Amino acid sequence: MKVRVLVSLKPGILDPQGKAVEHGLAELGFEAAQVRIGKLIELEVSAGDAAQARAQVQAMCEKLLVNPVMEKAQVEVLG
Amino acid sequence: MRVAVPVFPGSNCDHDALHACGTVMGWDTRAVWHQESRLPEGTELVFVPGGFSYGDYLRCGAIAALSPIMADVRRFAEAGGLVLGVCNGFQILCEAGLLPGALLRNASLRFIHRTVHLRVERADLPFTSALKPGQVFAVPIAHAEGNFELDDAELADLEARGGVAFRYCAPDGRTGEAFVPNGSSHGIAGIVNTRGNVLGMMPHPERAVEPAMGGVGGLGIFESLARTFATA
Repeated sequence: MKVRVLVSLKPGILDPQGKAVEHGLAELGFEAAQVRIGKLIELEVSAGDAAQARAQVQAMCEKLLVNPVMEKAQVEVLG
Repeated sequence: MRVAVPVFPGSNCDHDALHACGTVMGWDTRAVWHQESRLPEGTELVFVPGGFSYGDYLRCGAIAALSPIMADVRRFAEAGGLVLGVCNGFQILCEAGLLPGALLRNASLRFIHRTVHLRVERADLPFTSALKPGQVFAVPIAHAEGNFELDDAELADLEARGGVAFRYCAPDGRTGEAFVPNGSSHGIAGIVNTRGNVLGMMPHPERAVEPAMGGVGGLGIFESLARTFATA
């Protein structure tokens, strides 16, 4: 099953990359605020159903994919 | 004293560590490939060196923290063995859970390499016993991800238990945001675990141990370790 993990910085964490992009957008005349940069991880797992796939990937998030000090993850099972 | 320097693919300060411990201090210092499952018999200090282990993929230090050798470094630390992590070595120790917190991108987004001043906050550690509280020493930094981050409650705990070993400061010891090169919370440059046997720092003491390197500001840490082992 294909699963997508969206990793983003926790709300209170300063995101200097996001800030730099925000400035870049402003230079171009766009108005954008609160720009935050994250990561997208796609992977395939063998699982009987979506719940199993989600549980497997959540365990991966806890062990490696996400650093809970600074990041949070959203797991989406694509099927 | 026997020192082990774990080497990961992408480590590039391993030779600096080997030189400082082996050539300058004269300790029995051995490089240990990350695939090894055991530290050399009789290891008394593990020096986790700087660099770009695994190309900083995923997060700095995240993959190296899972190497076979790190499982033994964890056992060694849990048994009270001394572990010093510098730069990427600090990031690896955080990712391995041996130290709290995480190192984020520098607030300026830039890779910064220059000499900084550090103030000694803990002079009672095996790594700092030859230094004095409040003493200032100069060492180089060279990193893009040295911005120490921890949530407010844990940061308060870290401060309360004296977990901050070194803080960035002015040459005269004043602290404040102006002297923090990377945006690090509370100007933190180095921290120690509760037990006091695992120390991580972003600056490179091993790159300031001979006059030819431009300074000997880092020597105090190695002299402290020498003192620790002389009295052990």
